[in-house]
Amino acid sequence: MTTTTTMTTIITLTTMNSKTEKILLGHGSGGKLSHELIDTLFARHFKNPILDQQSDSAIIPLVGSHMAYTTDSFVVDPLFFPGGNIGNLAVAGTVNDLAVSGAKPLYLSVGFIIEEGFSYSELEKIVISMAEDAKSAGVTIVTGDTKVVDKGKCDKVFINTSGIGVLNKIHTEISSGSKIKPGDKIIINGSIGDHGMSVMAARNELNIKTHITSDCACLNQLIADTLKISNNIKFMRDATRGGLGTVLSEIVTGSDYGIQVEEDNLVIHENVRGLCELLGFDPLYVANEGKVVLVVGREDADTVLDKIKESPFGKEASIIGEISEIHKGMAWLNTNVGGKRVIEMLSGQQLPRIC
Amino acid sequence: MKYIDEYRNKGMVQYYAGQIKNISTKHIRLMEVCGGHTMSIQKFGLPYLLPETIELVSGPGCPVCVTSREYIDRAVAYSRRDDVIITTYGDLIRVPGSTSTLEKEKASGADIRIVYSILDAMLIAKKNRRKKVVFLGIGFETTAPSSAAGIIKAQTAALNNFLVYSAHKVMPPAMETLIDEGVNIDGYIGPGHVSTITGQGIYMNIPKKYNMGVVISGFEPVDLMQSIYMLVQQIEDNDPKVEIQYTRVVKPEGNIIAQQMLDEVFEYRDDWWRGLGILKNSGLKINKKYESYDAEKMIEVEVEPTIEPKGCICGLILKGEKKPKDCGLFGSTCTPSDPVGACMVSSEGACQAYYLYNR
Repeated sequence: MTTTTTMTTIITLTTMNSKTEKILLGHGSGGKLSHELIDTLFARHFKNPILDQQSDSAIIPLVGSHMAYTTDSFVVDPLFFPGGNIGNLAVAGTVNDLAVSGAKPLYLSVGFIIEEGFSYSELEKIVISMAEDAKSAGVTIVTGDTKVVDKGKCDKVFINTSGIGVLNKIHTEISSGSKIKPGDKIIINGSIGDHGMSVMAARNELNIKTHITSDCACLNQLIADTLKISNNIKFMRDATRGGLGTVLSEIVTGSDYGIQVEEDNLVIHENVRGLCELLGFDPLYVANEGKVVLVVGREDADTVLDKIKESPFGKEASIIGEISEIHKGMAWLNTNVGGKRVIEMLSGQQLPRIC
Repeated sequence: MKYIDEYRNKGMVQYYAGQIKNISTKHIRLMEVCGGHTMSIQKFGLPYLLPETIELVSGPGCPVCVTSREYIDRAVAYSRRDDVIITTYGDLIRVPGSTSTLEKEKASGADIRIVYSILDAMLIAKKNRRKKVVFLGIGFETTAPSSAAGIIKAQTAALNNFLVYSAHKVMPPAMETLIDEGVNIDGYIGPGHVSTITGQGIYMNIPKKYNMGVVISGFEPVDLMQSIYMLVQQIEDNDPKVEIQYTRVVKPEGNIIAQQMLDEVFEYRDDWWRGLGILKNSGLKINKKYESYDAEKMIEVEVEPTIEPKGCICGLILKGEKKPKDCGLFGSTCTPSDPVGACMVSSEGACQAYYLYNR
C-alpha cells in the first residue's frame, strides 16, 4: 500500500521469498518495493471491488440515514497469543466498536506501521487473519496505508483500523445509554478476563504455561440478532481495556441510578482465576476482546439472554445484575461470600499493551 | 480452584458471621496489621458481615506505605545514572518521591524494569554485565528472605554487578510501638506471610506485656472471619494469647531455613517508618560480609532533600488513628491514578483498598 492510496489488485510475481524475507525501509517508500508488497500481500488477501478502484480514496455508496464512524490502534505485545493475533484484534476491535453503537459495520480502513526487519511471513499471517475475520464479519477492507520505520523505532508492527457502519434511527440512543432506568437488567455474553490473561501468559518474561485462550471475536452478528428481537436494548459497550468493572462504572458515573452486580453470576474460567490470583489481578478489570455488556429492559431480558446464548460467542452469557434506585452513581458488587463492595473504575494501567 | 474455593465458602463465612454476632458484647477495634488483609477484607466486603460492635482498622503492614520518601529519592538518583538498571516490584514505580517517581524517570529514559521475582532481576544482571543492576528490596520478613537468598546466590555465581537496595523492615517493633503510643485497639489480626517465616514467637511479648491477643490469619474470607471470631472470643473471655488460625501455612517455629538466610545476610538497624518515626532495630541492613552487594555502599549518588506532602495523613492512617475517609485529600486530590501518599499507590495500601472497594 502506498500512502493513503487504495490498494491495487494487480498480482505480480515477486522475488520475495516469504519464508526468509524481512520487511525493508523500501517497502514503505511508495516505490517499487511498496507496490510489490501491496500486490503480493495486501491486495491479494483483502481483494474486493472497492479496493480494486485504485483511487486515492475508497469510493463507497451511501446507505441509511445515520452513520457510525470509529477508529482504534493496536499495539499488543506479543503479536501472537493463544486465540488470535494483532490482526484479529484490529478487525474485531473496530467491528465491535461499531456494533455496540447499534450499527451494522460495513467498511474498514487499515494502516500498518511496520518496524524495519519484521518478518514477511509473520506479516502475512496477520494479514490473512484480518482478511478471514473481515470476511466472516461481512465487512470490507476498502483502503489502507503502510509505513516502515527504522529498526527500534516501533515494536514489530502496529495497526490502526477505522470503520464505518450504518444504523437505524431507533438505535441512535444506544451508545449514550440515555434510556437506562432502574429495573433494567445487565447482561454479558460470557466469561471475563480471558484476553488479558492469555496475552499476559504469552509474554515470555513471565515464563508461565497455561491454556488460556483469548476471547477475541467479532460480535456484530450476535448483536444484530439481538437487536432484531428486542427494541428494549438501552445500552451496549464492549468490555475491552479496563474490563467489565470499568464499563459498569462508566454506566453509572454521573447518573441518578446505581448498579448492583451479583458476583455469583459472573463467569470466570478456572485458569483465568488462577493466573489472576497468582499475579494479583482482579478479573473485573482484565481486558476482554469478545465481550459486550448490554443493559436491557427487564421485560425483554430473558428473551435477549436466550438469543445471545444461541451464538457461538454467547454460550456462557448471563444476567449479572441490574440498574438500581439505590447507590446512585455507583456500581456495587454483592460478593460471593455475602459481603458488599464498590466497583470503581480502573485506575492507572493494569496491563500495558494488551490490545 | 482447589485450596481457594474452600476458604471462600459462603456457608462457612456466614457461619462465622453468625457465631461472631452470638458472642460479641463488647465494642472492640481490631487491627489487621497486614496490607494484604486490608485488601482482602475490603475486596470481599467483610465489614458488612460484622456486627456494629466490631470495628476493623488497618495497620502499618504495607511495606510500600511505610517506606520513606528518602528511599524513593535515592532510587530515583540511582536510576538517573547511565550505568544502572533498576529492577523493582510494580508497586514501587508510582510511589511519589520528593519531586519525581520511578515511573517519571522511566518515561524520561531511565532503565527501570518491573520484575515479579528477585530471580528475574538476577537474570537481567547476568545479561547486562556492564551495568549495575539494582534490585529494590522492599517488604517485611516475608520478602526479605528472598532478597537474602538472591544475595547468597549472586555470591556463589560471582554475579558481581547485582546489588540490592534494602528497605526491608521487621514487624514486631511497629506492633509494640503502636500500643506504646496508646493507639486504641483491642487485638491484632496477625500477619500471615510474615509469620510463615518468623513463626509465632515474635508476638509472645504482646499478650504478656500488653494484655492483648494476636491471631495469625490467612487471607481468604473464611480465614479472616474465623480469626475475627477467635479474637472476639479471647476478648470476651479476657484471655489474650497468640493463636494461629492460618495453620495450613504457618508453623509455630516458622521457616528455619529462611530465618538462617536472614541472619546470614542482614543485620538490624534503626529505621524510619511513616507515621511511627524511627523505631529501634526495625530495619534490615546488608551486613559487612555481603556489603559488595549493597547498593547503598557500592553506588554513590547525591540525593535531593526530602519534601513531605502537605495534608497527607498516611502516617495517622498507618497507625489506625484515622481512616482513609477522614483525609481531606482522599478521593479528590489523592486517587490511585494521581496519588499523593504511598497508601493510595500500593495495592496493599489502606487508602487504595477503601478507594477501590468501600467509598
